[in-house]
Amino acid sequence: MVTLKIDGREITADSGKTVLEAARENNIYIPTLCVNEAVAAYGACRLCMVEVTRGNRKRLVASCLYEVAEGLVVDTQTERVVNIRRMVMELLLARCPNSSEVIDMARNLGVDKSRFQPENQDNSCVLCALCTRVCREVVGKSAISLVSRGTDRQVALPFCDDSDACIACGSCVYVCPTNAIKMEDRGDVRIITWPSSAHEFKMKKCASCGSHFAPEKQIAFMMAKSGLEAEKFELCMNCRP
Amino acid sequence: MSDKICKLTSIEELEKKRALVLAERPEISTVTVCCGTGCQAFGGQKVAQAFQEAITAHNLKDQVVVKTTGCHGFCERGLLVVIRPQNIFYQHVRLEDVEEIISETVVNGRVIERLLYITPDGSSKITSEEDVPFYKKQMRLVFGANGYIDPTEIDDYIAIGGYSALAKVLSSMKPEQVIEEVGAAGLRGRGGGGFPAATKWKSTREAHGETKYVICNCDEGDPGAFMDRSLMEGNPHNILEGMIIGAFAAGSSKGFVYIRNEYPLAVKNTEIAIRQAEEYGLLGENILGSGFSFRIVINRGGGAFVCGESTALMASIEGKVGEPRAKYVHTSEKGLFDCPTVLNNVETWANVPLIINRGSEWYASIGTENSKGTKIFSLVGKINNTGLVEVPMGISLREIIYEIGGGIPDGKKFKAVLTGGPSGGCIPESLLDLPVDFDELTRVGSMMGSGAMIVMDENNCMVDIARYFLKFLEEESCGKCVPCREGLKGMREILDDISEGKGDESQLDLLEEMSAVIQDGSLCGLGQTAPNPVLTTLKYFRDEYLAHIVDKKCPAGVCKALISYNIVDDNCTACRLCVKACPSEAIEFIGKKIPVVIHQEKCTKCGACMEACKFKAVEIR
Repeated sequence: MVTLKIDGREITADSGKTVLEAARENNIYIPTLCVNEAVAAYGACRLCMVEVTRGNRKRLVASCLYEVAEGLVVDTQTERVVNIRRMVMELLLARCPNSSEVIDMARNLGVDKSRFQPENQDNSCVLCALCTRVCREVVGKSAISLVSRGTDRQVALPFCDDSDACIACGSCVYVCPTNAIKMEDRGDVRIITWPSSAHEFKMKKCASCGSHFAPEKQIAFMMAKSGLEAEKFELCMNCRP
Repeated sequence: MSDKICKLTSIEELEKKRALVLAERPEISTVTVCCGTGCQAFGGQKVAQAFQEAITAHNLKDQVVVKTTGCHGFCERGLLVVIRPQNIFYQHVRLEDVEEIISETVVNGRVIERLLYITPDGSSKITSEEDVPFYKKQMRLVFGANGYIDPTEIDDYIAIGGYSALAKVLSSMKPEQVIEEVGAAGLRGRGGGGFPAATKWKSTREAHGETKYVICNCDEGDPGAFMDRSLMEGNPHNILEGMIIGAFAAGSSKGFVYIRNEYPLAVKNTEIAIRQAEEYGLLGENILGSGFSFRIVINRGGGAFVCGESTALMASIEGKVGEPRAKYVHTSEKGLFDCPTVLNNVETWANVPLIINRGSEWYASIGTENSKGTKIFSLVGKINNTGLVEVPMGISLREIIYEIGGGIPDGKKFKAVLTGGPSGGCIPESLLDLPVDFDELTRVGSMMGSGAMIVMDENNCMVDIARYFLKFLEEESCGKCVPCREGLKGMREILDDISEGKGDESQLDLLEEMSAVIQDGSLCGLGQTAPNPVLTTLKYFRDEYLAHIVDKKCPAGVCKALISYNIVDDNCTACRLCVKACPSEAIEFIGKKIPVVIHQEKCTKCGACMEACKFKAVEIR
């Protein structure tokens, strides 16, 4: 246990926790875009930057990665911090001009419009990498990853084409904070649309009611992982006893 | 070279070996041929071979040795050949000069005037290498050996005292003493950060964990920088020796040399050096019978600039995408494969044997209060003497540029020097007397960086320069964090606007606002320093920005959208060379009074007419 101060409030936190975790436990709001408790902190969106003082040294850090320490003084709203957050949102607004999630978040941080020219009206991916991290760290497939550098960076399947490793579980869709990955179940197929390409996956038919209830590859993956026999995966949720 | 491999199992055996090597080398004439990458382009290897053949033909095999060396530094004058021991310095040597050098200089002792260095004012010819002004003001403590040794011959390195620092460390020093010595010397990291090397070593030594790593960063990627390359190519054993000493101090048994794959000669020479050092028992198990073991593996980088950043480099060695991560826990505690890791740059490692051999007191007597020793700079751009220079810290920019670099070519006026690579700053003429060290460069908004110095003259547009380097960094940004990825793009777009005459004054404030956020908010050093060229040009050359914005003019005549090529009728002789040179048929021949006309709507502003004209009849307006 350590004692630290966030925005003048003295709080205690388990050592090893990050400043962001400690703040959230104490209902102190720090905005984030690339944080999700299912995966390791990444430090890419920079919205969670805070100013910390330790001894005589003052510095700006990403609170999602910076660990609490005894006597640490944290400021979540200094001018420099606010400037970073606003600029990040302005830049993301130019990147994703029509994403309602980005627009809302920007507004919450006091940014109504961007001074930068939008390039692609349809883009809504902020490159937070939650999708690729969930795919690797939680699902364990690494079916999608980030390719290229800088502003050419995008979320993609290998060669934007090879969906072999993907089990169509939809975790990437679920975790995306800006709805940039779309998923639709249409009869016997599931269609997942990533920013770089769309792919179809075959759905399994329920042996009892005939509805298509889950991607075949996901069932195969679960079967291999659980070691259960095939019969256990024949029925949809509704028809299971 | 000795043909049989003998493993040295003690320090006495190393010293015996050294005595043997020296005894086998009588003072005979040596023709050293620079085969650094620059001189190789002038046929260094072929010239060296021709020397070998000529020596055989003249029956001089017992009296003359040909040595292919690494880069000597004076790349502007390549191919360089130095005849030792007299140190006769020949420049611009070509294949056809070889026979004459052997028959005249080596056999008859006559100097060939044609190949000598002539001072820029034409007043005198210089025979001896040490009298060439380019070398005279330098202090070549680290880089000097390059001109004397064949990097592929370990015996050459041993002959000049190589591995004696290692012997000293293993025989008489404790790891803590080594750290103390390097700390007292005040050695700071030469890769850019300037972090005290001994502090890194100490915290790695004290960090928990059995496995610890040592890394040499040779992922030099700054445009115009080639000092690490030249050290690695020209004197790899020096770097290996530094690393072994560092590993001993930090308590590591495995090291990596991370070399970018675009440096094939550096990779090759390092491979050879590692193999030779292992054969000699200077690397591997039980080094010189001391009980200390250390291995080095080469890791080749794939060409991403960001992999020069320490955490990205480590990710790359681990087989992951080369992306940086936050360093809130130092890499000296949790680095490569989450183990304590010491990472230093090539030049930093190269300084270590020197400190051990000559002592911290001597080393700390060179340089300024907080920057000790020498620094190698690559002098490029609008400068007469392009090349690598090693100078004591604290020397002024003016001395480097004018006395060593020979000033600006073609009598042009100096405008700025960019130090520290693409994320450095542009320093104006008014600051030329600045003593060059880590802190002074930072104080004026630039940095030491890797040591690239790009000199610019009156024909360089500072808006264009800022845009160029920003674009370089925008393309090399890994794209992980928003301020660097999106912010640099946003800044570059503004600079595009300004250079096209579409900017307004409020954009200058926006540039400054963005720079502050990118410096504060970026994840790694690349983003944190990326705005420097923009900030320094805004600070020292704001009038040029305003000229682009308010007057819609590019004073240096560079930004295409703001210039036009025009004919000076009085100078035109109607020769029509420009008409022939124009690729877009924009120049029309008319007649005698107004000989030619440039149709601006067709002109692509390529400048071919201006280059073709012999009468200064084409001008930029």
